[in-house]
Amino acid sequence: MQQTVWLLTVVVVAIIALIFLFVALNSTTRAEYPAVQARAYRFRSVVFWGLILAGIVIAAVTLRELPYTSAQAAPAAQVVNAKGYQWYWELDHDTVKAGQPVEFHVTSGDVNHGFGIYDADTRLVAQVQAMPGYVNRLRHTFDRPGTYRIMCLEYCGLVHHGMIFELQVVAPQNAEVEP
Amino acid sequence: MNLDNSNGYVADPATRRLIAANLIIVGGTLLLMILAGLAMRVTQGGWLALAPDRFYELMTIHGVGMVGISVLGGLSVMWYFVGQYVKLKPGVLTLNLILFLVGVVMMLVAVFLGKFAGAWTFLYPLPAVSGGAWEVMPAFWFLLGLLLVGIGFLLVCLEIGRALYAGYGGLMNALGWPYLFGVAGAKAPPPAVVATAMSVIATTLALVGGALILVLSLVNLKVPSFTLDPLLAKSIIYFFGHTIINATIYMGVIAVYELLPRYTDRPWKSSKAFLAGWMGSTIMVLIIFPHHMLMDFAMPKWSMILGQVLSYTNSFPVLVVTGLGALAIVHRSGIRWDLVNSLLFLSMFGWMAGVIPAVIDATIVVNSVMHNTLWVPGHFHFYLLLGLFPMIFAFMLYISRDRTAPIGRGGLVFWLYAIGGLGFVFMFLYSGAHSVPRRWAEHLPEWQAYARIASVFIVAVLLAVCYFVVRFLLRFSRFLSHG
Repeated sequence: MQQTVWLLTVVVVAIIALIFLFVALNSTTRAEYPAVQARAYRFRSVVFWGLILAGIVIAAVTLRELPYTSAQAAPAAQVVNAKGYQWYWELDHDTVKAGQPVEFHVTSGDVNHGFGIYDADTRLVAQVQAMPGYVNRLRHTFDRPGTYRIMCLEYCGLVHHGMIFELQVVAPQNAEVEP
Repeated sequence: MNLDNSNGYVADPATRRLIAANLIIVGGTLLLMILAGLAMRVTQGGWLALAPDRFYELMTIHGVGMVGISVLGGLSVMWYFVGQYVKLKPGVLTLNLILFLVGVVMMLVAVFLGKFAGAWTFLYPLPAVSGGAWEVMPAFWFLLGLLLVGIGFLLVCLEIGRALYAGYGGLMNALGWPYLFGVAGAKAPPPAVVATAMSVIATTLALVGGALILVLSLVNLKVPSFTLDPLLAKSIIYFFGHTIINATIYMGVIAVYELLPRYTDRPWKSSKAFLAGWMGSTIMVLIIFPHHMLMDFAMPKWSMILGQVLSYTNSFPVLVVTGLGALAIVHRSGIRWDLVNSLLFLSMFGWMAGVIPAVIDATIVVNSVMHNTLWVPGHFHFYLLLGLFPMIFAFMLYISRDRTAPIGRGGLVFWLYAIGGLGFVFMFLYSGAHSVPRRWAEHLPEWQAYARIASVFIVAVLLAVCYFVVRFLLRFSRFLSHG
């Protein structure tokens, strides 16, 4: 996901930059404004309808699978209760099984924290906010076994950067995990 | 090309003095804030051993300082140009300046003497629950200082709103709605007036929201038994923060509307598409803040979906109307490039391109792996550094120009700024794409190279900004004498 987003951003920004360069390079000679304007309006129409079409398609595709778990939904086979404090995480399990959904019930004991799950390559795979007074349910299925890290993604004070917790994700056949 | 084509308008001496004072504060503070930003990135890169408490204090000051001068700079641009169309009372600018300076001193004391480091977003209940890092009083002083600054800005907006009401018979008229909806005899107001009306509406509502949550947080600090709902508090904070920082660029773009036509001898008129675009922005900028809360799963699902969809649609007026309008007015115009119009042109690129990473991040499934990574400062630095601030620099250079000589191309400094800025923001985005969290005083070893490369680009930006600010300081007396 991150690579796709990065490449998409670079490509679109580059296209905008090229359009600006094209206009700048064609700016020092003068033409009658009505003719330029008419051409610009045609281009604007294309861009307008193109963006609407792209927006509808992208929204339709990306809104199909949202990360939100309904409070009424049946809990997953694995449930981990997680609570953030200044400046540590408290989880009632430190080992979960790969290939099966895990539902993290995330809250905070003091201020706002961000519950970010990083894989062994330090790539963010999922996150949810940890807020006092609220329990946010994050459902995630780990693809691969390994050592994952929970890092804080909401600024919470002096040792915000030190809120790291190691979570072991094991292959289902090796699991000695309480459900 | 007639750069003085403003119907003979000359701002009165008091206004000129106050706007010059505002811009000196903006320029000087900006240099200090860039130095603070450099110190933070160098620390993240492992080249400087700044203690975490100092890092987060700098981060707090950097955030509040940048937002503060963005608003102050935007208001200065807006006040100056809209003063051609309506009669404003400069005494309000004086009051704002006093409140601003008092508020800033209070915040500096709170941070550097009181060690307050709750970030400019002061997310409830962090100011009161610091884990022993700072006491209640510094938090109180910081929030009170911020409130005073906000009250000053609010007074400026109310004064401009009053003047628009007096001059146009209401904010809806100043937005051009009667003309847009075909009321007989209605005329379209100039683009600067339309943008001002929108900015005043958005900023006033944002500041009222900000004042509300600041007062509630202040009460909580003094009376801990008085508590707030953290989700509601966060919603109000992001309504305030998102709206006000977005409004700054709507203020700044007035410089583009006013100056590019003078350079190109082509009119920038308020067409119906233009007015419809601004109407859309006025409404949407006030309701899209939930896109900052997409990872707060306790929020209603419909508000999250609305946050994504509105983030897409809110970008249309920018991309389609103003951005393409700027391109059309420059294309084959015979423009003679100088530093002022180059910066204005860059600002339109920065605004249009800076929208892209923001819109992508507002997609919920993307936000799941991008929220609160360095992608976020990547997108807002994009449109502030390459969108808003080039508008403000162009304004500073324009009003302080020598009317008997060309402004000059400033090619080297322009490209230093543009390439330095692009490199800097792309390193943020690249870091975000590699999951580097934002607001971390210490980075993991595998992330440090990104911060180091970014630091080099910041130095380039710093040099260019030094040039803009020093040039203004050396020449602003011309603005005071000639208007």
